[in-house]
Amino acid sequence: MFRNQYDNDVTTWSPQGRLHQVEYAMEAVKQGSATVGLKNSDTYAILLALKRSTSELSAHQKKIIPLDSHVGMSIAGLTADARILSRYMRNECTNEHYAHDQPLPINRLVTRMGLKMQTSTQRYDRRPYGVGLLIAGFDSKGPHVYQTCPSANYFDCKAMSIGARSQSARTYLEKNLDKFANCTLNELVRHGLLALRECLPNDMELNSKNVSLAIVGKDHPFTVYDDQKVEQFLALITEAERKGKSSGPSEQDRVMETEP
Amino acid sequence: MSMVFAPCLTETTAPTTHAQPAWSPYDNNGGTCVAIAGEDYCVIAADTRMSTGFSILIRNYSKIHQITEKSVLASSGFQADIRALQKNLDARHQIYQHQHNKQMSCPAMAQLLSNTLYYKRFFPYYAFNVLGGLDNEGRGCVYSYDAVGSYERSGYSSQGTGMQLIMPVLDNQLKSASPLVLPLQKSTTPLSEFEAVDLVKDTFASAAERDIYTGDAVEIVIINREGVRRELMDLKRD
Repeated sequence: MFRNQYDNDVTTWSPQGRLHQVEYAMEAVKQGSATVGLKNSDTYAILLALKRSTSELSAHQKKIIPLDSHVGMSIAGLTADARILSRYMRNECTNEHYAHDQPLPINRLVTRMGLKMQTSTQRYDRRPYGVGLLIAGFDSKGPHVYQTCPSANYFDCKAMSIGARSQSARTYLEKNLDKFANCTLNELVRHGLLALRECLPNDMELNSKNVSLAIVGKDHPFTVYDDQKVEQFLALITEAERKGKSSGPSEQDRVMETEP
Repeated sequence: MSMVFAPCLTETTAPTTHAQPAWSPYDNNGGTCVAIAGEDYCVIAADTRMSTGFSILIRNYSKIHQITEKSVLASSGFQADIRALQKNLDARHQIYQHQHNKQMSCPAMAQLLSNTLYYKRFFPYYAFNVLGGLDNEGRGCVYSYDAVGSYERSGYSSQGTGMQLIMPVLDNQLKSASPLVLPLQKSTTPLSEFEAVDLVKDTFASAAERDIYTGDAVEIVIINREGVRRELMDLKRD
């Protein structure tokens, strides 16, 4: 994308009818580390995220933020922007409990998000939120996975992945889409991990330090699993399967790929 | 001419009485609450009668609300205000949990309740509260409040229409030496959990005899390290 004279602020249209600042904001999402969301037809929605750490000295950046007991989100992009949005969403969820004594339905939460994010794409004194979200929740209509963009667009998804190298994960998810509806929780997590490992950089593998998992569902409040707690789920894939495809597939991997 | 509008300072006018308001924003729904703190448990109890004037509205209305894992609030007074207060505390607790990744301790909730009540100092919650639970060391704690948030931790407390019937009995059974006397004695009662629950049942049965607003049933909540347990005992329905 080259610099041009129509990209200085978000209130300027280009002759092609584009808002370049918004598109640049979407690039910020692609810089964040990958995250995957998927659900089955009636009971669970899960989020998986690859945590990055800036140095060996610091902890891995948190990627999954609980919003309420029935909904949470994973982020890709500017973490600080994500925190502001999470504060807003948590407030909306709390108010729904206070005023209506019910959990906020996910589609309404996401609609409010869209409205909030849109204002910063139409003001000269603000910039778009530089973060993409995958929102996973469970309400009276079942499990949901939504994706939001800095453009304030939001999408109801059967499965989705965003962030760095996420195209590979999306390919995996598209290939296996038909299977998700009838998956059990463990099968869903296994698919999620296999999708996530497609996004690994060279010579890295999934381990309890860099994988974050969240599960929400019927009778299962939104729970984040990190470090020790995620080991039990990593056990669902073999050692060989933990490696990214860029590390080169082993014989075992080739066999695994042909299995359903 | 200029004197027409000047107030006359020598004349005294008869004091005007304030007219009786035709409507009050408050109502007293009656009822009594009790809490007793033990070494490693806390008993919180309240009757289940909701009244207005001389009539009974509900015979099985709970005045007890569990706010956190370790704190239980029992309130008598105006139940609409009490419900609003409970919802307020619940919302504040949700926010606390998001920000601190843990539940509020009972002493923290006690302070929050006090601040919440004082916030409405000039249009108070008509709520007479007793907060009971376990403190950070696992010992029982009881906090009692007035309508605007003045509070104190003690070993036992009662509030509500039956308070004056029950409190002397609790004093007789549970009172320990003054906190000003050295060596400092624990304010929690040495009674066992079972004995404390028995005492609560006896006091409510007695209060129900003479207080018209107390009766129907008493709901007893017991918190200890295992968790929270509920008992319900019938009282006289007259």
